[in-house]
This record gives sequence, C-alpha cells and structure tokens, in this order.
Amino acid sequence: MIQFEKQKTWVWVIFRTLLIIGICYAILYPILLKLSVAFKSQEDIYVPNIIWLPHHVTLTNLKYAFDIMNYPVTLLHTFLLSSSTMILQTVAAALAGYGFARLSFRGSSFLFILVIMTILIPPQTLMVPLYLHFKEFDVLGLVQLFTGKSGINLINTYWPALVMSMTANGLKSGLYIYIFRQFFKGMPKEIEEAALIDGCGVFRTFFRVMLPNAVPALVTVMLFAFVWQWNDTFMTATFMNQSHVMSMEITMLGSNTEKTLAALLGGDPNAKIDPRYLSMIVDSGILLAIAPLIILYLFVQRFFVESVERTGVVG
Amino acid sequence: MNRKLTIRQKKSLSGVLFIMPWLLGFLFLFAVPLFQSLQFSFSQLKVNPLGYTMEFVGFHNYKEALWVNADFNRILTDSVIGMIVNVPLILFFSLFSATLVNQKYWGRGLVRAIFFLPVILASGAVAAAEAGSLMNQLMISVTSGGASDIGASTGQLMSSRELGDFLVESGISPTFVNYLLNAVDQIYQIISNSGVQILIFLAGLQSISGSLYEVAKIEGATGYQMFWKITFPLVSPLILTNVIYTIIDSFSDNQMTRIIYESAFKSLNFGLSSAMVWMYSIVVGIILAIIGYLVSRKVFYND
Repeated sequence: MIQFEKQKTWVWVIFRTLLIIGICYAILYPILLKLSVAFKSQEDIYVPNIIWLPHHVTLTNLKYAFDIMNYPVTLLHTFLLSSSTMILQTVAAALAGYGFARLSFRGSSFLFILVIMTILIPPQTLMVPLYLHFKEFDVLGLVQLFTGKSGINLINTYWPALVMSMTANGLKSGLYIYIFRQFFKGMPKEIEEAALIDGCGVFRTFFRVMLPNAVPALVTVMLFAFVWQWNDTFMTATFMNQSHVMSMEITMLGSNTEKTLAALLGGDPNAKIDPRYLSMIVDSGILLAIAPLIILYLFVQRFFVESVERTGVVG
Repeated sequence: MNRKLTIRQKKSLSGVLFIMPWLLGFLFLFAVPLFQSLQFSFSQLKVNPLGYTMEFVGFHNYKEALWVNADFNRILTDSVIGMIVNVPLILFFSLFSATLVNQKYWGRGLVRAIFFLPVILASGAVAAAEAGSLMNQLMISVTSGGASDIGASTGQLMSSRELGDFLVESGISPTFVNYLLNAVDQIYQIISNSGVQILIFLAGLQSISGSLYEVAKIEGATGYQMFWKITFPLVSPLILTNVIYTIIDSFSDNQMTRIIYESAFKSLNFGLSSAMVWMYSIVVGIILAIIGYLVSRKVFYND
C-alpha cells in the first residue's frame, strides 16, 4: 500500500515537472526566439538548418534597431514618464484606497461603487472628450479668466498622463485603488488604534504606520503601474502620439525600419526590401524595448512574487 | 475648532480628504467626459481652431455604425465570440497554473518568476508587435515540420493536426476536438493573457488554511476529492473576480478598439466613434451582467 502510494507520488512528480518545463518553455519561447534572431546575420535566415544558434554572430541588427528607435533618448523619456506616473498613481491610489478601507464616511460605499465603474467602463468611451479636454486644458475656466486665451494645448506633452495619474484616474487606476483597499482592510485594527493612542493624527498614522506596513501592496501596484505605462499604446497614441516613448517607437518600428532600409538601398524603387530582414530588425527592436523591463523584473521579481502572497488581491 | 470634533467626525473628514484627489479626477476626467461622450454620440461634431461645434443628429451615428460601416458588425461579433471562446480557457489554465505554482518543489521560485513574466511582457505595444512578427511565423513553419507556407501556419507553436485526427478517430465529438485543438494552437495567447489571473488565484490558494487539508487527509480523502471539495469551493469567489477581469481585459485591446480609435482620429468622425464606443460598452456591460449573474449563483461563500 505504502509502496503504491510512493509510486503514485513519483508519477505525479515526473508528470508535473514535464508540464512545468513545457509551460515555461512556451512562456520563454518568444524571448529566446528574439535573442536568437537579434544576433543572427542576414545570411543565416536563408539556411534552413539554422534554427536557434546563429552561425554568423553579428550586432548589426541590434545596431540598426538602436539607431532607428533613437534608443538612448527614447529610453530616458520612457523611463522618466513611467516612473513619474508610477509614483503619482501609487500615492493617489494608496490615499484613496486607505480612505475607502478605513476612513469611511457617509456615501463612501457609493463612491467605491463608482471606482468599480471606472474599472468596468472601457477607457475608449472617454477618449474623444478627454482629447478635446486636453487640447484646451482649462481648470474651471481659470486660464481663460486670467489670460483671455482659450486654455492650454496639452496634446503631445506628458501632462495628460501626469494629470490623470495624479488624480488616480489614469491607466487601470481603479484596479490599484481596489488592491490598496483590500490590503488596508486586511490590516489589524489594533495597529491603528495604538498609533492613535500614542498621539498620531490620521495623516501621521497613514504615512508612519500604515504605508511602511503596506510594502507588498506597494510593490505590486508600483510594478503594474510602471510596466503598464511602459507598454501602453492606447493612452500614448491618443494624447502623445508624437512623443518619443518606447510604445510609440515600437508601433512605428516597422515603417521606420522600412524607410531606413529603403534609404540604404539607395532609393532605387526597383530594389525590394527583404521582408525577413525587416522582421529581424523589428524583432531586435522589440528585444531592446523590453530588455529594461526584464532587467527590472530580475531585480524586483523575488520581492514581487513574495509580496503577491500577502497582498490579498482577493480580500 | 478641531478639538471639538469627535474621533468619528475627524475620521470621516480625513476620509474625504484622502479620497479627494481621486474624487476630483473622477468628476473632471471621468464623469464629465462620460456625459460628453454620450452627447457626442448623438451629434455631428466639428472641430475648429476655436473649439468645437455640435449639431444634434439623433440616432444617425448609431445607424451609420450598424448599417453603413463595413467593419463594425463583423468586428463586434468577432470580438464577442473570441471572448466567449477564450475566457473558459484562460480561467482553466490560470487555476491550473496557480495550483502548480503553489505546490512545494525544488526551483519553485524560478518557476513562479517565469509564470508571472507575461504580466510584464504581454500587453499593449509588445503584444501587438509580437502578433505581426514575421520571424515568429517563420520559426513556426520551420519547427513544425519545415512547411515553407507561412500563411498556413499563423501563430501556432506546434502542429496539432495528427493529434486531432487521432482524437476524432477514437470517437470524441469533433466540435469538442476542434475546441481543444484551437486551444492548443492558441496556447501562447492564453498563457500570455493569464498572468494577473494566476496571481489572483494564487493569492486565494494561499489563504486556504492548511488544517483543512490535514483533516481531509486523516479522513482518507484523495487528492482529487480534496481539490473538488476544499480547494475549488474556496477559490470559487475568485472565479467570479477572474471572469470579470478576463472579460474586461479581452476587450481592452482588440480590433474593436482599433476601429473606434481610427474613426475618431483618422477619419475625424468623432460622433461615429462615440456611437461605436457606446454600443460596444453596452454589449460589454450586458455580457458582464449575464456572466456575473450566472457565475455568482454557483459561487460558494464561506461567511
């Protein structure tokens, strides 16, 4: 009987290991593929028996992609934009989440239903009015009152993203408020009471006691906010389609590469660009775009994975 | 002045202060635009250097989207069908992965890190570029038996035809086999869309107390029984959360959003775009309501 049980466990362990390896391979496959493609030289793609390991290792693809994307500038801009929206969103969402979880007042549960509504309604619904709104940005007509002009044009600046993050109404902000609320709800009341007895006001309790204890939720929300802003095409394309940020560069990468390659061929209209080569450069570009995220993830991954267990995204 | 307030009053006052940033944002960046968007959908909107003018046209925009525009109906049905097909798959896969990731074995940390990688990578720009990558398709045709025809093998990691023939031969309903094969062919898409869901399920699994399993083990329950009698009921509220999240996520970036975007900013037909987005939101809302109702009847609550 025990013998049988043991065999059963072994069969399960082997099956599970195979399964896990399979799924991990499927997840890593696109990244591995891009790594392989990025270092392959052009001649290697025509040889059918070269699949993973390039015979002629080259940096040309990466160099082209690097130049086409204007990588250093783009990286800097994207990094600044993502980190500032990350900080603003986290602060605003944490405040709101704590307010909803612990400082309830009349009508706060109704307002929370509105938060849920912001998660459920597709952001495209607000796209056109927001565009017009940011095109002539004017809070309560103050600008018009003082300067006589009709608002400031914020399109193609980073302000729309910043303003929306600041007020926790940006990209997926509803979700972040929800995560914070669930987390603060799960924290023991005694901590708060002890802080109160020790003479902390509500704000001091929040910043000195609650926030330092909310690290798991903070890590999760910050990572999400950073990464989703980095990859976002919807808001970026709507409000700042001419700015040099990573998501726009990736979207434009195909056509930009085509132009560059055409110029390399000397503008000869009969010379055809090889679509495979074009695709190689595009893939190298994608690799460059996600590389910072992967490196970042390598650093925070342990922290993130551990924090997930204690975030109580669930409630 | 401040001293005269009771603690309760102080708390509710600071509560208002805490949510103030969000509330202001909600009013000016959500509620007002929402109302305007509804207004726009019934109007002909013209943007000029001084601002914009609106002219009420009734249901004209809605009619145009439904009967004149060539793509709207098709894309709307496509995305709804795609969602109905994918949601169960994503749900199943993410629950399964969460249980896998939750067990104890050597190298679990690494496995977890890899399983959450899609949360980071599979969104927006990268996913879009990924879908159109010629290199991916080339590799697929190479790895799946050297077929040089790129068009025939769009986006599948492995060839599943032989397996399909085998299953049909052995007497399993072809509809079901097709569904399964479709699932296998879309495995990457499913994996990459289940990052957050795995996370939610994992958090749920972690919150189940171990003593329940100990008791069950003493009573002689098998692993199968433990899963269906303990794990499944206790994570079932999360199934609802995940269903809703998956639906919203599947609608957040697809062909539909692209034509809505294009009709606004390429054809500059803001009215039409607003009408499309409202019909779209209503469809999403109805689906959410129906599925939410159906699932929540089955959900088990511990309290």
